Amino acid sequence: MVTAPAPAPRPDANGIAASLRGVGMRFGANTVFQDVSFDVRRGEVFVILGGSGCGKSTLLKLMIGLRPPSEGTITILGEDIVAVRGEARRRLKQRFGVMFQSGALFGSMTVLENVALPLASFTALPREAIERIARTKLGLVGLADAVLRMPSQLSGGMIKRAAIARAIALDPPLVFLDEPSAGLDPITSAGLDSLIVSLARDLGITFVVVTHELASILTIADRVIMLDKQAKGVIAEGDPRRLKEESTHPIVRAFFHRTETGVG
Amino acid sequence: MESGPDVPATLTRRDGALALSGRLDAHAVAALWREALAAVTPGTTLSIDLAGCSYCDVSGSALLLALEDKAGSRATLTGASPQVARVIDRAHEAYRTIPPPAPPTAPSLPVAVGEAVVGKIEDLGERIALLGRTATSAVLTALNPRSLRWPDTWHQAEEVGSRALPLICMIGFLFGLILAFQSAVPLRQFGADIFVANLVAVSVFRELGPLLSAVILAARSGSAFAAEIGTMKVNEEIDALNTMGLDPFRFLVMPRLIAAVAMMPVLIIAMNLSAAAGMATVMTSLGFPWAAISAQVVNWTGPSDVLGGLAKGLVFGAVVAGIGCSRGMSTGVGPRAVGQSATAAVVGGIVAIIVLDGIFAVLFYLMGW
Repeated sequence: MVTAPAPAPRPDANGIAASLRGVGMRFGANTVFQDVSFDVRRGEVFVILGGSGCGKSTLLKLMIGLRPPSEGTITILGEDIVAVRGEARRRLKQRFGVMFQSGALFGSMTVLENVALPLASFTALPREAIERIARTKLGLVGLADAVLRMPSQLSGGMIKRAAIARAIALDPPLVFLDEPSAGLDPITSAGLDSLIVSLARDLGITFVVVTHELASILTIADRVIMLDKQAKGVIAEGDPRRLKEESTHPIVRAFFHRTETGVG
Repeated sequence: MESGPDVPATLTRRDGALALSGRLDAHAVAALWREALAAVTPGTTLSIDLAGCSYCDVSGSALLLALEDKAGSRATLTGASPQVARVIDRAHEAYRTIPPPAPPTAPSLPVAVGEAVVGKIEDLGERIALLGRTATSAVLTALNPRSLRWPDTWHQAEEVGSRALPLICMIGFLFGLILAFQSAVPLRQFGADIFVANLVAVSVFRELGPLLSAVILAARSGSAFAAEIGTMKVNEEIDALNTMGLDPFRFLVMPRLIAAVAMMPVLIIAMNLSAAAGMATVMTSLGFPWAAISAQVVNWTGPSDVLGGLAKGLVFGAVVAGIGCSRGMSTGVGPRAVGQSATAAVVGGIVAIIVLDGIFAVLFYLMGW
């Protein structure tokens, strides 16, 4: 009988993948948003939406620990992402994946090497295992026949798929996607949406998605929050289909019904 | 999907069947991979008990796939929870879509040689075309000087010229110092150390001043030209200029070319003066008075030495800027392309300077300079 070393304890088994309390961000005198609080539940696709300049990409950067918030606490998978340091921070960062807006694939490596990099860096897996796992990940995102191509040889949609495959390389329970449909045609974008939905359903991954694509939101989102530039914070939270029907907030209505408000 | 108790993954063998239990994630798979594969004999039917498996991700599924591939048949999985079974099914489905890796296709020797030759010829043709376009736009700019972007030219002249002056002066001073010191030691044995002044002055004014200045120009500005224009090429800014009907050669290449040619004499004069200062420092420390040093320099170097050096510098400036810009213009795609262009600009620039310097040496000799 062979026994693997005991896995790390997971203090986040309470069904909340990410939690923000009173988060605010200021650049100098300019407040981007303040007092943002919400919980992302395990297994759901959670969408952060809002118009250009409302700070949704900034909020994502705070959640993945690229910069500290001006105020408030951010808890990711049970750990305070601002306060956690050293080895614990490194371990936490291996437990969530990020897909950047332009893919951020490493241009000097093949697609397969891009996906294999985290596996080779953070696990003791033998080479054949890494190759097999990376190929499986690329099969999952529908890039089975492009594994040996360089990123510069991929189309826009393929870059996003490869970036998702790299984000899920270590089978993280939580994945952040920044504008997955930006720069894609509606058909490619719809294909990416169904990929996100199926990964969430079959692999149980929790997704936090930043987007402003209305079609995407109605397909993928279990819950949304909507940020607004004027309000400098959250103006709506909940099921996007219900928000579309029931919200009385003028900006929320304008967003879902594609009318002009004269603001924003 | 991090649910279920945190039990370390274990592998047990029981009369032909394998049992995997606990948490099957990447770390567990790493620990169990070799033992699990060793437990499977090829050509047997495989039965895997997953009743104790609390969690299995794609890495765990990849282990099961590897076991199946080694056994040579589909395994019978028993006892998997619905959640675990769903992940395994999805991973199986994904893995089966992957085509078998194609055998590496190494081109045969004649094909490889042919491709290399054709590539070189095409590269040469492209460079001749770039040279032609540069020459055409130079003529057009000379006929109509108003079409030159003067603000950009001033800006480039500042980058190429005045910002290079500290470096040029430092290198020139140290070079004159070292050259004088090294030659003073052997010349002193013959009592000829006063001629150190001639040696340094003639060699720097005629040869080393223009040569070193051009090498510095290639390293500082040739690379910058290639990287700037290459980045613009990658960002489709060159295409944008073409679409707007603006000739990128007149828009981008001419200001840089003119700035480099105009600034080279300045750089060379600065280099010459600094080298002379370095030499004078050594000579005064050897005990020679200022008057003796300056008399040696003035009596033994003529205007042809200095002017010949400056004339060479004009050509070097044009060649270095031209190579830098054309390398930028021919930048390819991919993240390494800009770096490759910058490298090619510096290497091509330095090689061209040395070759041209040899040609000038013969030419000046025939002209009796």
